[in-house]
Amino acid sequence: MKLELRGITKRFGAMVANDNVNLIALPGEIHCLLGENGAGKSTLMNVLYGLYQSDGGEILLDDKVVKFSGPGDAMAAGIGMVHQHFMLIPVFTVAENVILGHEPTKFGGLLDLEAARAKVREVSAKFGFEIDPDAIVGDLPVGVQQRVEIIKALIGDAKVLIFDEPTAVLTPQETDELMAIMKQLRAAGTAIVFITHKLREVQEVADKITVIRLGKVVGEADPKSTANELASMMVGRAVDLDVEKAPAKPGQPTFKVEGLSAWSHAGTKVLDDISFEIHEGEILVIAGVQGNGQTELTEAIIGMHGKTAGSIQLDGRELIGKNVKQVLDLGVGFVPEDRTEDGLVAEFTIAENLMLDRSDRKPFAKGLNIQIEFLKKFASEKLKQFDIRAQGIESKASQLSGGNQQKVVLARELSRELRLLVASQPTRGLDVGSIEFVHEQIVATRDSGIPVLIVATELDEATQLGDRIAVMYKGMIVGIVPSSTPRATLGQMMAGISA
Amino acid sequence: MKQSKRTPIAVFILTLVGLWLFVSAPSGVTEIKISTDTDIFALPNFNLDIAFVSGLAFAAQVVAFLGSVYFVVIRNHKTPRWVVILFAVALVFEILVGLFAGKTMTFTSLLQGSLALAVPLIFGSLAGVLSERVGVVNIAIEGQLLAGAFVSALVASLSDNLFAGLLGAIIAGALVAWVLAVFAIKYVVDQIIVGVVLNVLVVGLTNFIFSTLMVSNLPFFNQPPRFDKILIPLLGQIPVLGPVLFNQTLIVYLMYVVVAAVYIALFKTRWGLRVRAVGEYPKAADTVGINVFRTRYVSVIIGGALAGLGGSFFTLGQVGAFGKEMTNGAGYIALAALIFGRWNPIYAAFAALLFGFAENLQYGLAIIGSSVPSEFLLMLPYALTVVAVAGLVGKVTGPAASGKAYIKS
Repeated sequence: MKLELRGITKRFGAMVANDNVNLIALPGEIHCLLGENGAGKSTLMNVLYGLYQSDGGEILLDDKVVKFSGPGDAMAAGIGMVHQHFMLIPVFTVAENVILGHEPTKFGGLLDLEAARAKVREVSAKFGFEIDPDAIVGDLPVGVQQRVEIIKALIGDAKVLIFDEPTAVLTPQETDELMAIMKQLRAAGTAIVFITHKLREVQEVADKITVIRLGKVVGEADPKSTANELASMMVGRAVDLDVEKAPAKPGQPTFKVEGLSAWSHAGTKVLDDISFEIHEGEILVIAGVQGNGQTELTEAIIGMHGKTAGSIQLDGRELIGKNVKQVLDLGVGFVPEDRTEDGLVAEFTIAENLMLDRSDRKPFAKGLNIQIEFLKKFASEKLKQFDIRAQGIESKASQLSGGNQQKVVLARELSRELRLLVASQPTRGLDVGSIEFVHEQIVATRDSGIPVLIVATELDEATQLGDRIAVMYKGMIVGIVPSSTPRATLGQMMAGISA
Repeated sequence: MKQSKRTPIAVFILTLVGLWLFVSAPSGVTEIKISTDTDIFALPNFNLDIAFVSGLAFAAQVVAFLGSVYFVVIRNHKTPRWVVILFAVALVFEILVGLFAGKTMTFTSLLQGSLALAVPLIFGSLAGVLSERVGVVNIAIEGQLLAGAFVSALVASLSDNLFAGLLGAIIAGALVAWVLAVFAIKYVVDQIIVGVVLNVLVVGLTNFIFSTLMVSNLPFFNQPPRFDKILIPLLGQIPVLGPVLFNQTLIVYLMYVVVAAVYIALFKTRWGLRVRAVGEYPKAADTVGINVFRTRYVSVIIGGALAGLGGSFFTLGQVGAFGKEMTNGAGYIALAALIFGRWNPIYAAFAALLFGFAENLQYGLAIIGSSVPSEFLLMLPYALTVVAVAGLVGKVTGPAASGKAYIKS
């Protein structure tokens, strides 16, 4: 089935999320919709899927104008969607999730779960998935959950399939498998719209590429374009994706972790005898699929994790047993993985967020009083220095874009006298411009002779930013390798196979 | 993963209670009467030696405690449910025999009374189940019960028709639920606040109409007919349980049907799957074309209708007239029952029966003139709730989206 979007416009208040967007997806074709975070890709697809009503333009299926007042209409018309945040109910079984919305019934109303199971098995077999229809979705690994989401989209006999940022949560292997599935679907005659900002994936599967920036289509790109060409189109200026950094000049190993173990609240071992060291002026990247102990490692370092054993030493001083404040005072800078939850107080102003860590001491405070004048001066300086785009220092953190929020966090953490920087997924969800900025800041920190620990879940970032890479799997370090190690080897290590 | 030691600790503390009861058990006997006149065959009465029974029950508790320690500490396993049940039965039996020392405990009427008290609780907890499963917290069960009680009395008096009364109760409960739904779903007001306000509103409204209107002419406004008990042949003549379960009013029989119907509707039908999906993850339901708002309205209002029906039991099933604030907190106990029953209609019904039993105990003991202070007994159902929910039930998770309004972007 041919899908055509003609002049789609969607506004949220004064903001134009989609401005006169045109797009044609043909059967047996993978059409990539490429754009940065916030470019309006997901909005466009939500309009197509009936979740949003457009303010202008029309949707055509096989050259006939269709009108969707809700996702039910879109599904009935043969459009399926694999959502970025899975639309699965964790406590339901696979079969229950898959049939939701168009449940087979018997005796007028009773669920026919046997028919549901049969359908799941049928689609699973067709694509070589091994999925138990009676498994509880919440118990399944993320990669398998995505397959459930795919089955759910296919079961309604979808002719047009939308994949919204499907690889964000996958390991490199799972990503490869997903690409294979997409090719298989293409061969079967499905029209596929693939939304992403990852250039490598676009280069691998795209038959056509439409680039979207600030809600507008900026043009089509040749699938054979280089990554830098695609990125430049996406961002609207020349971009060099490679991280510019001189070879490291490692000094003394001032940060040492030895035999570190940690247990979760429920008593499970989440870190298992971890040892590594980082030299002054060196970046060590912890690579691995999310949820393999990286969060716990950073928490253990800054004193936020409950039960830990072993040793963490900075400049010869033991960090274990110290509370967060004591650790920070020893010169540890921390950029948490979730900036809106842990990095900032969303309802505080930029200025207030910039002094969160030192609000109790000079020069920010004198006795019980906050030194407002000093704070204003300090915040204005940081606003300029870190190129934070905001109306002013009194803007609330929640009003900033992701990139600017991250800049506020960096500005705060880097304005202390550091002896160690720990940054967890520092570029997650950021636009290319902000990513460049964050990378520059991290490299500059390294070059000033500070050991840097980065947690990365994307291999590209790990190999570009790191001087060495430690791969984590199930709470253990599989190996520590140079950043020149081939992708395939790193991918295997991320699945627990040591090099 | 290490198992929580909460259950063994709770069991240990309660076993100490059992020990104290055993040590301080008076000498003498408790007579237990378990047959009624209508039974097919009469069972003899038992005379139980208090010290002996207490000792036996205490021994069972010790066994249950050791069993729980064995499973949790040595086998690193959850305490099996049967251990908890063995323990609970032994402790309750010990308490009963001790409380009725030297008196006659009419077991059947104790259970009959428990069921009578549990009927509105069960209807109320079903209202809560239907509402919370779809994602709306229903604190207004109390108000729905009270509205049902009031309207059923008024309508049945005016029309002299019991069924008109029932219908009125259903509409009244549904109306309160509708107000809750509109504020919770459409106006996205905090659901707990709306619920509490509705409860206060219904109390005020019924008190006002009662004092200004009903009192002026009680025979006209507040003298409804009452449902008669219907003895079901054979079933009703089974010793012990027969008279308890099958010699009841129409409302109770309706309740049996409704509990089963709600269970089937929620867990076996298309409608129920959608209701639960909306209560867990409304956006996921929305993306497959389910109308989240309509599903929420329908389920909350059906729940309210059931609570209204339950409210009519106070007036048309039991008392035969409306009294100010006659629900007396039943709605809140129903709320506890539904959590105790893990948002499952059948478990919630059993939990409600347990609370009904605890509450009835105080009446039973007051009648025989037990030496235990009545204030202590009044506390019993609530203390039981706390211990049961905290110690023996463990961690329960309700529907993930319960209490959260769905805002479409």
